[in-house]
Amino acid sequence: MKTESKLEKILESGQLAVTSEAGPPRGAEPEVIRKKGEMLKAYVDCCNVTDNQTAMVRVCSLASCIILKQMGLSPILQMTARDRNRLAIQADILGAYAFGINTMLCLTGDHQSFGDHPTAANVFDLDSIQMIQGVNKIRQEGTFMGGAKMTLAPKMFIGAAANPFADPFELRVMRLAKKIAAGVDFIQTQCIFNMDKFGKWMQMICDEGLDQKVHILAGITPMKGLGMARYMKNKVPGMDVPDEVINRLKGVPKEKQADEGITMAVEQIQQLKEMKGVHGFHIMAIEWEEKVPEIVERAGLLPRPKVD
Amino acid sequence: MSEAFEPTIIAYTCHFCPYEMADKAGEQGLSYPTNVSIIEVPCTGRIDVIHLLRAFQDGADGVYVVACKEGECHHKTGNLVAKKRLQYTKKILDDLEIGSERLEMRYIMTGEVPHFARIAQEMTDKIRALGPNPVKNGGAAHKA
Amino acid sequence: MIVAEQKPLKEIIAMTSPFKKLLIVGCNECVTVCHAGGRKEVEQLAAALAMAAQKDGRPLEIKEVTLERCCDPEYIEQVRPFIDQYEAVLSCACSVGTQYFADTYPTKWALPALNTSFMGGSLAQGIWAERCAGCGNCILHETGGICPIARCSKRMLNGPCGGSTGGHCEVNPDIPCGWQLIWDRLVALGRTPDYAKIMAAKDWNTSRDGGPRKIVREDLTI
Repeated sequence: MKTESKLEKILESGQLAVTSEAGPPRGAEPEVIRKKGEMLKAYVDCCNVTDNQTAMVRVCSLASCIILKQMGLSPILQMTARDRNRLAIQADILGAYAFGINTMLCLTGDHQSFGDHPTAANVFDLDSIQMIQGVNKIRQEGTFMGGAKMTLAPKMFIGAAANPFADPFELRVMRLAKKIAAGVDFIQTQCIFNMDKFGKWMQMICDEGLDQKVHILAGITPMKGLGMARYMKNKVPGMDVPDEVINRLKGVPKEKQADEGITMAVEQIQQLKEMKGVHGFHIMAIEWEEKVPEIVERAGLLPRPKVD
Repeated sequence: MSEAFEPTIIAYTCHFCPYEMADKAGEQGLSYPTNVSIIEVPCTGRIDVIHLLRAFQDGADGVYVVACKEGECHHKTGNLVAKKRLQYTKKILDDLEIGSERLEMRYIMTGEVPHFARIAQEMTDKIRALGPNPVKNGGAAHKA
Repeated sequence: MIVAEQKPLKEIIAMTSPFKKLLIVGCNECVTVCHAGGRKEVEQLAAALAMAAQKDGRPLEIKEVTLERCCDPEYIEQVRPFIDQYEAVLSCACSVGTQYFADTYPTKWALPALNTSFMGGSLAQGIWAERCAGCGNCILHETGGICPIARCSKRMLNGPCGGSTGGHCEVNPDIPCGWQLIWDRLVALGRTPDYAKIMAAKDWNTSRDGGPRKIVREDLTI
């Protein structure tokens, strides 16, 4: 084992891992984080905490992770390069590790123009791959990114995102290989709606033998309804929502669309369980965390394994 | 005061269709308001932003450009270029609170003899209603 | 070249309105080429400011002059014989030129008529685009001749991010994805395996992050 991470233990045991995410609130309300934590605790192995998601200011990922950690969950610290230079990134990792947080996700981050502070300066001192490299250096060499020795070097289980649906498609596998070479341990994919394209991507990954080098958690997002599906299709960059998803939701009455969305997510998980290289699921129920238990249960992913 | 106001209007007029029609109108004895002074240009594409601004700076109450119809320019795209420069100048006139409505682009085709007089009358009526160019009412500014 | 555009006229009117005697200075270099601050633009701006003053009944004396270059001390000196007759310099040069006036004539206001935007070039008549971010350590030989720092919205050295769609940047569909351009070049050059190399964290010390920069060529100094 490279780390003390619960996620690493489950993945290395060969069991399918289940992660989800909790978006922190846009106000200093610890109870909102606790409520999400309580909801997810028994149903997921680890819980990502987003970092100023879509460039909207929220309670910081680190503080929210500490709250979840203290509740007995295993949080995954999401960290974007948009808001932090390498000094801040390392300081936050040291802080997180001091609180027993040992799993993180390295992200470049959405551009600030999407959020509520479009006039802000961005940082982008590093990109996600360089962040992975730096965190891996801390883990392997026990030194800061700058080279100085650390007294107690955090050993982070390192995650990253991958979007199999972004362009150019032909270099998406090469880019994943770069993340692996940089030292990434697990990948959480972008929300999958186009199963054919995802299958093609996974096949390419397996053909390259990359599935042996990294754990891929398939990203699952239940559609709340037709409106959300259309929004994801048309407005969210890098999102691939095929017409069959739209049409299936269109085929049921409005009040039944949410249920249909959950059913579709469950079916997707069942299908993906059989796909080579898929080592788990990352369920992103956007502001709909209360549905995660139902999805996990209906997909036959309960009970969650116990690890020490 | 406003009844007594007689606007000064500059008509930058293309040498080709428009000027020719203005000439013909003269030959035919068609009159147009004396408020309008014609400046003949080889093509409306020759008119620059500064020419339009100078007219207002020197006291014109209204300015218009008479071009050949789109697609009929003797130099192919001169009138299209002029149209864009007018748009640019209109923005300046608005920023200066002189008013972009004091500047217009009009078109005349060969054969449209009475048009020149009609346009001159329309512009005169319009500018008369708008009142004098506010730059003229200011203090004694001068350029070195 | 340096690409700039004129500030909104109302902003220029507001910043110049306290002055009765104004020297408007253009530059024959980059800002002439990008139609922001050459002789022609100086003439237009002077006419507009004169009208603004006339309209408000403010006396305003304007002198127009366009220098060969505003980023060299010898040219800035050319206004010295008459600068004392004016209260302020309205610079239609890029912000480098404006600062040269401030440095050279410490008792004269130096006002910027332009927003200096970027280092770039023209794509077509009337259209300019950014090409260089002046990082001080060029990597174009590693990226197929396309700069990821200037042309990726997140200046990623190992892009593209997940927001690249159909060749466009997630920030704005009008922005081509810099990494799509790099990839297309690598494909055209038959060098796609180069993509596999991880570009390490950059030393930003040679860029603005290292503080204001200066180059000294001892062989040229006198």
